[in-house]
Parts: sequence; structure tokens; C-alpha cells
Amino acid sequence: MKRVAITGAGTINPLGLDVETTFEAFREARPGIGPLDIRDIDRLGVRIGGQVRGWLPQTEFTPRQLSLYDRNTQFALVAAGQAIRQSGLTFQGALGQTSGVILGTAGGGVETADDSYRAVYSEGKNKVHPFVVPKMMANAAANHISMTWGLQGPSFTVSTACASSNHAMGLAFQMIRSGTAPVMVTGGSEAMLCFGGMKAWEGLRVMSEEACRPFSANRSGMVQGEGAGIFVFEEWESARNRGADILAEVVGFAMTSDASDIVLPCQAGAERAMKGALDSAGLNADEVDYINAHGTGTKANDKTECAAINGTFAGYSKNLMVSSTKSMHGHLIGATGAVELLACVMALRHGVVAPTIGYEQPDPECALDVVPNTARQAKVGVALSNAFGFGGGNAVIALKKV
Amino acid sequence: MTSVKDRVISIIAEKGAVDKSLLHPEAKIEQLGIDSLGMVESIFAIEEAFGVSVPFNANQPGEGGFDISSVGSIITSVEALIAART
Repeated sequence: MKRVAITGAGTINPLGLDVETTFEAFREARPGIGPLDIRDIDRLGVRIGGQVRGWLPQTEFTPRQLSLYDRNTQFALVAAGQAIRQSGLTFQGALGQTSGVILGTAGGGVETADDSYRAVYSEGKNKVHPFVVPKMMANAAANHISMTWGLQGPSFTVSTACASSNHAMGLAFQMIRSGTAPVMVTGGSEAMLCFGGMKAWEGLRVMSEEACRPFSANRSGMVQGEGAGIFVFEEWESARNRGADILAEVVGFAMTSDASDIVLPCQAGAERAMKGALDSAGLNADEVDYINAHGTGTKANDKTECAAINGTFAGYSKNLMVSSTKSMHGHLIGATGAVELLACVMALRHGVVAPTIGYEQPDPECALDVVPNTARQAKVGVALSNAFGFGGGNAVIALKKV
Repeated sequence: MTSVKDRVISIIAEKGAVDKSLLHPEAKIEQLGIDSLGMVESIFAIEEAFGVSVPFNANQPGEGGFDISSVGSIITSVEALIAART
């Protein structure tokens, strides 16, 4: 089995337009959630979100590119560019032919779908833009990264709702570990902060109208975000031999299915995924220092996740730091695991654990050290990142300090 | 004309997949075995049927002034929303 290094990271998210600014926000407990600025906001009941601010796609892309790139693809391409440039890799010859891209997204090009439905249903037009199909398809972002960087190996997208990017990164990890590919660009992207996307979520009645307060007794639901997180996963020996700066080691991954309910989480499924990730990494429970929780801020998730952590780590769970950075950037749905993996990288590499902000009242059902409200200096050797999706898919990744 | 009570009961019976005969005003929603999806769908159907907006968040089911604890409390809450509308 080969070892897996992370040699590049990039992001566009509500906290910043690169990794460094995102780390700063994590350290300073700076919120990225605020009033939404989108079309027809007056017809929405939920008017807050983690929106990407200062995004100027016309400075990043040509008009021709923009006619083909949904906001989802735009985020992914810019984040991938940051990650690949940081890695220092170029994909010539055999390396290009065997390396690939695996991304996660829940909705794909939601804004493109929304705009074209609006044109035909609401504005009475009988035509939509000619590129609606290639722009909205869920695999568009992964394939544009492949085209831009000459990645000619396996490139595809997985969609498992809120677990999408963890599933994607887990598959990328397995491909390198097994020797199937030398380098995989992986992570996730999501952009459904548009009228139709928000309306759909509003209908479920799990959204908060004021703030995302994971694990706090007065929590009132999830807050939606948008953005992308993209990493370069690389076979360890090659990375070492070329002198790459290794940000962290990916040491384990597991995925399970609840096989129980389409929206409600399940303690047993989450527990099996965390235990599976530890087994996959060859780690004992007491070697884990930090868990970046799924922590959506809904009643259902938070109490189930805390019970699953207690079940997995037994008496040791009181020694764990468990934070939900969704309190800052919101729930990036299919991209959320990728942005949250950044918090794990920061904890391992810089010894700073990102907090759970907005924490106001302890909840006996969530009695863990949730790193409330301010970031913490701590020595972190091993971190887990949890993601649990609608449909019952659980995907947990384990990272280790270099 | 069918009363608000009968219409609400029909909606809960259909969306919650419960036999109508069980839906007397004192019946508790939890004891009827209606799950969260059934409740969210019932509330949506009530909004559509009566042209009202129901304040309900699954994370804070008790708050917002719309009492979903029993069939009777839902009927009373819907009647209040209809009265407030006119």
C-alpha cells in the first residue's frame, strides 16, 4: 500500500478567496455568514447565507469561458488552480496520462438550471442558452479541471449530498493508496445560493433564519453556504523525492450507509464510519486529537453525531476537540467536507484548532469540547473529518501531521 | 362546505399516512407515529389549502406559535392563522 500526501490546497469560500485568508478567519473566529444578496430575495423566508464575497469571475475568465462555466465550475477551477500551483506539479507525459480529478457536488450547476427555468417558465421565453446542458451537468467542474491541467486519467464526479466531497476525496485517497493513480486533484464545489436552490431548502424547514449555532442548546438549524475546496493528493514517495512541501498525510478513509432514512441521520452508521476510518488508518481511538464535525446546527444531526462520537471513542471522547466550522462558513453541501478538511490541515500543520462560533448555551446531548467561540492553540497529531449526507451516506477521512 | 377541522384531518391522514378514524382532536402527533417528513409535508399542504403561512422550523418545533403537539392543537393553530389573514 502506498502512502498519500497532500501537496496542494485551494479554496473559494465565504471566509476568503484562498487558503491563507480562510486560515486567518478560522484563527480569528471570523464569521462568513451574513445577509444574502441574490435575485428575488424578498420572496425568500430565509435571507442569510454563507455567500462568497468579492467574487469577480470576469477577471478570472474570458467571456467564452464564462458562457460554459456555471458558478460551481468557476469556484472549482480557481481553487484547483491554487492547489496545483502550490503543489508545483505539471502534468506532462505519463504523469498527465495517469493522474485525474474526482470532485463532489450535490447540485451541480444549480444556478444554470435556475436561470433557464426562469427564462422559459417565468419570463415566457421559448429558448434557453445553447450551453445549458454542458454548463449544468454535475461533472462539468471535474472535467474543466481535467481539460485545463491536462489530467487524462480518471476524472469524474460523485454526488452523495452533504457527504459528496468526502466521498470524492476518499476515492482519490484509495486510488493513490492502491497504485491506480500517482496524483489526484480532489475535493468539491457547490453553488446553490440562488432563488430556486434556497426555495428548495426552505421547504424542508430545517434552515435557520438567524445563525448557525452547532451544538448550542438554542441552535435553530443550518445555514447554507457556497464555494469550493480542492486538494492535490500525491503518492508519498514521489512527493518526498521531488522535495514537495507536504501539508498533511491522508492516512485513512471509510464510508458506510445508514440504510434507514432519506433525511434523518443514524448513530450506528456514523459510528461505523468513524471506526472504519481509524481501522483504515491503523490508529487507535486515543490517538485522535481533533474531529472536524459534520455539525450542521440542526437538532437531528448534532445530537446524533455527538452520540456517535461518544460511542466510537467511549471514555476518551472527553479528551477530543470537536468543532464545527459550519458556524463560520455555513453548510457548503457537496463541497463542505473539502473546506472543512482545510481546518484539519490547519490544526495539524499550524497547531491551531478552528472554533465552533455562535455557541451560546450548553446542550447536555452535545456535551463535548466543541472549542467554543475562539480558536485554540493545541498540538494535533491526528484529525478526523466527518461528513454525513441525506440518503444516509457517511464518509470519514483521517489525516496525520507530517 | 367542509370545515377547517375536517380538511386539516384529511391532510394529516393523507400526508402522515394515518387512518382518519385515529385523528380525533386529543390524538398526539408523536403517538400517531407521524414522522418529521410526514409533518413537514402536512404543513406544506395546509399552507396550500388555506393560503396561510405556517411558522414552523423542525429544529424548534415548539417555537413560532404553531402548536403541532396534537391534532386539535394543529386545527386551533390553523383557525388562528385563517382568522389573522382576514
